Amino acid sequence: MTQSDHKHNEALERLLAPTGFEVTCDQCFELLDAYVELELAGADADLELPGVRAHFQGCPACREDYESLRDLVRRDQLG
Amino acid sequence: MADRTVAERGARPNVDAESQWWLDALRSEGSEREQATARLHELMLKAARFEVGRRRGALSHVRGEELEDIAMQAANDALMAVLSKLDDFRGASRFTTWAYKFALLEAGVKLRRRAWQQREVVLEPESWATLADRSTSTHAQLEHSEVLDELKTAVDSALTPHQRRVFVALALNEVPIDVLSERMETTRGALYKTLHDARRKLRQELAASGLVEPDGEQSRRTT
Repeated sequence: MTQSDHKHNEALERLLAPTGFEVTCDQCFELLDAYVELELAGADADLELPGVRAHFQGCPACREDYESLRDLVRRDQLG
Repeated sequence: MADRTVAERGARPNVDAESQWWLDALRSEGSEREQATARLHELMLKAARFEVGRRRGALSHVRGEELEDIAMQAANDALMAVLSKLDDFRGASRFTTWAYKFALLEAGVKLRRRAWQQREVVLEPESWATLADRSTSTHAQLEHSEVLDELKTAVDSALTPHQRRVFVALALNEVPIDVLSERMETTRGALYKTLHDARRKLRQELAASGLVEPDGEQSRRTT
């Protein structure tokens, strides 16, 4: 595979991802707080709440909401 | 901090004491409720300002006063949402984490839409490839490639007109989904469902061309 092919694959992945099971936007919002707290507690959030991480791959807006909540809660925890 | 005498009233097994205090105080009456509501608004405003801070770089053309107005409006809307959904809180997280997400969502939606306020979103492309925004990294990486031709063929042949518009806008041109939902007068969830269905169809088409695995994994075959 050439470097060009590799770049094209990455772009194609971004366009067509995710491939496996994923939750919907509404379900993602419903689970978001639990997902973040599990992750920050060191638990396997992806095992507990399957389909959330996959949704982040396909939905930038939900991924941004997740990153913001994770960072805000982590900042609170650090005091 | 939390009023434990209130928190101990009717605590549910899955709800920690502080979260139960929030629920009880927000469901009470008089000054107790007013004080809890004011504290909750402070939390909502803190979260909204946090979101503004994260996005300030992309909104450098927007005055600080306007950003503060957006944060305040997001906090107000989030407060109303939280108060109307108290019965939905199941204790899967702390109450404050649960409440934060409403403020971050409200602020995120408002800020994405503000960032795209002056930008055109093409909804009726005659040719998706020529209208694709060539400034986006995704399009740049696909340009002049065999993949682009195959993808264009699949987009033209496999998708409905609505799926094509949504896919081109969201996936190829990277229009924020909240911006597109406003322009198309629909919801984030409905748009994402359309995008999901479009992606599934395209994967099937590209699998037939050998560009992705039949099960949908995007590892292009090397011959």
